[in-house]
Amino acid sequence: MHFDLTEDQKEIKRVAHELLAARSSWERVRAAAEGAEYDQALWDELCSLGWPGIAVAEEHGGQGLGAVELAVLLEELGYACAASPFLSIATAAAAIQACGSDAQRARWLPALASGEATAGIGTRELCADGVGAAVLVLLDGDGVRLLDAADADAAPLETIDPTRRYATIAAEAGAGEPLGGGAAGGSAGRARAAGPSGATDPAADRIRAAIAAEVVGVAQRALELTLAYVKERRQFGVPVGAFQAVQNRCAQMLLDTESARSTALYAAWAADAAPERVPEAAALAAAAAADAGRSVTASAIQAHGGIGFTWEADVHWLYKRAQLDAALLGGARRHRAALTALAAERIAAGRTTH
Amino acid sequence: MDLTFNADETAFRDELRAWLTANEPGPAPHGDEDAHYAWRRDWQRRLADGGWAAVHWPAEHGGRGATLTQSAIFYEELGNARAPLPANVLGLLLAGPTIMTWGTQEQKERHLVPILTAEEIWCQGFSEPDAGSDLAALKTRAVKDGDEWVITGQKVWTSAAQYSKWCMLVARTDPDAPKKHQGLTYFLMDMEQDGVEIVPLKQITGESEFNELFLDGARVPDANVLGGVGNGWKVALTTLMNERSGLAFFLQVRMRQLLDQLIAETAERGLLEDPVVADKLGDLHLRTEVLRLTAYRGLTAIETYGQPGPEGSLTKWMWSDTNQQLTQLAADLLGPEALTAGTPWAFELLRARGNSIEGGTTEVLKNIVAERVLGLPRMR
Repeated sequence: MHFDLTEDQKEIKRVAHELLAARSSWERVRAAAEGAEYDQALWDELCSLGWPGIAVAEEHGGQGLGAVELAVLLEELGYACAASPFLSIATAAAAIQACGSDAQRARWLPALASGEATAGIGTRELCADGVGAAVLVLLDGDGVRLLDAADADAAPLETIDPTRRYATIAAEAGAGEPLGGGAAGGSAGRARAAGPSGATDPAADRIRAAIAAEVVGVAQRALELTLAYVKERRQFGVPVGAFQAVQNRCAQMLLDTESARSTALYAAWAADAAPERVPEAAALAAAAAADAGRSVTASAIQAHGGIGFTWEADVHWLYKRAQLDAALLGGARRHRAALTALAAERIAAGRTTH
Repeated sequence: MDLTFNADETAFRDELRAWLTANEPGPAPHGDEDAHYAWRRDWQRRLADGGWAAVHWPAEHGGRGATLTQSAIFYEELGNARAPLPANVLGLLLAGPTIMTWGTQEQKERHLVPILTAEEIWCQGFSEPDAGSDLAALKTRAVKDGDEWVITGQKVWTSAAQYSKWCMLVARTDPDAPKKHQGLTYFLMDMEQDGVEIVPLKQITGESEFNELFLDGARVPDANVLGGVGNGWKVALTTLMNERSGLAFFLQVRMRQLLDQLIAETAERGLLEDPVVADKLGDLHLRTEVLRLTAYRGLTAIETYGQPGPEGSLTKWMWSDTNQQLTQLAADLLGPEALTAGTPWAFELLRARGNSIEGGTTEVLKNIVAERVLGLPRMR
């Protein structure tokens, strides 16, 4: 039992953290968001470092690492609130690598891993980076479908989160093909008993685990910004962080952030190491992250007082990202319902946990 | 990152499981506190005979030198087997390790074995009516008289005092010390003497786990000072900081079992289809699993860095909150059946109110998180 990153994973995290601190400052994020564009220089650099293919096999041009390493990078990009299409591309590639058929891997992975092609992930109602994507990875009912750009019309959707591009997707019912082609997808793609909508597909679970990892970074940044602010800002002659109401709020932010972190790490680990645990682990991670991201970033605005409500302060980027990430996760409620259904199923079968 | 048990851990678990299967504790006596305690005492004797009473103690003192993870496994398996905590849990988790750290050779030889076998039960004389969360404000006095100390004062919330032979007692030996946490001394006090009066406190459950201790001229020989006169605060911190994380795993398993039961009873009533019910149960499931995962993260942090990470301060708060929400939801979903006196759900509902007070109130835990983990300025 070792519930922490390995030394190699910590090193990836450290390098990513430092790189993004240097290359994706708030000034850069703000410039990209206000221009409604991605930070192209940042993206070029991430591609040159091979980040999009972090969880793609070397034979397809990737780094050959796994879901935990992907989660590590996503957390750091979430922390930076970086204006880049990394989440969509790297997560789509990871899902195709893990669950796709040989043909799907050969077709999409080399271009995604190099960053030459882009991918959209999400649903028809809300798809991150859908416009211009070569391939769309859509969580569709209780499965995941791959749609070629030619099979769908992506229309830009202007959301409250200008640090990322979103779209709605119009496509014929049944367009595209199942990711993994059903039983053809190998062990990770095996059919599971149908459960609550979308919660039982292994590719969907991986995608949600990845989004949850980004949220952990968003929440962590919101917490750190808040701690720095309340130690600095003085009223009544003392730092506002000396007030118990503010302290309790910060303690709750830590609890929510760490809860999301525990479950996101668990889901990322299970994705590669314990597939039988993934349905539950991904639902835990999604439910924890959707709520934690929203509540922690909302608390960050509140703890910043009036300045937190201004466009000039940077906490709102995190709040907006957290809101859209929660929407991409499908909200917390469906995952809580899925958890109840999984538990009821286990209890009816007379099994205890683990 | 590996959330599976390694070979040593698996072997430890399998050996323990086999032992527990062969040594079932049997059903808990119902409705009689003394009989229940006797059952737990007998259970500890059997654990001790099997070498399982104090897995975290070093082998030289009768333990197994278990790692933190093995200790966690021990408590999880105890919970899974629906076995009770050993009767002398305060002796095993608090008194024993504190004596190992601060005790003289004579003190270790005198006390450790009877703690292990439950021959001598221990209680903890720390809290007072005006010194709860603010322990250093304690007023109980110890005055030197020849080679003895004479103790006068009052302790409260003393669990299992009525069964105890010994008390971990902190008293003020130097009332003129400049700071309130100075001038304290830690005593090993014999409970079987005239100067000690035990008055049970009746709880909102109707039970009496806790007691008040009235100390009026109780006597403790010099030989039973632990860690030196005037050093009581440091020794008390050893007791308070002692690794109790194993308990969290026991409590987590108990909560899991309670939630499983609630889900089963909810399903029987056809209420699982109600989306509000499914949402609330799912939230409890999430919180219960977060507790387990976060507790394991905490163990890894201690094993890696020698001290708990930020997550280590959160588990007790999470547990008490979740257990209260769980029992409240049961009362809401099951209605009068869960509110009928003497039923397990009614007991759990009432007992859970103590969770956020005992062993550190949630309010104080939040303050500790804010100041020590988040580094916020001292509260005003």
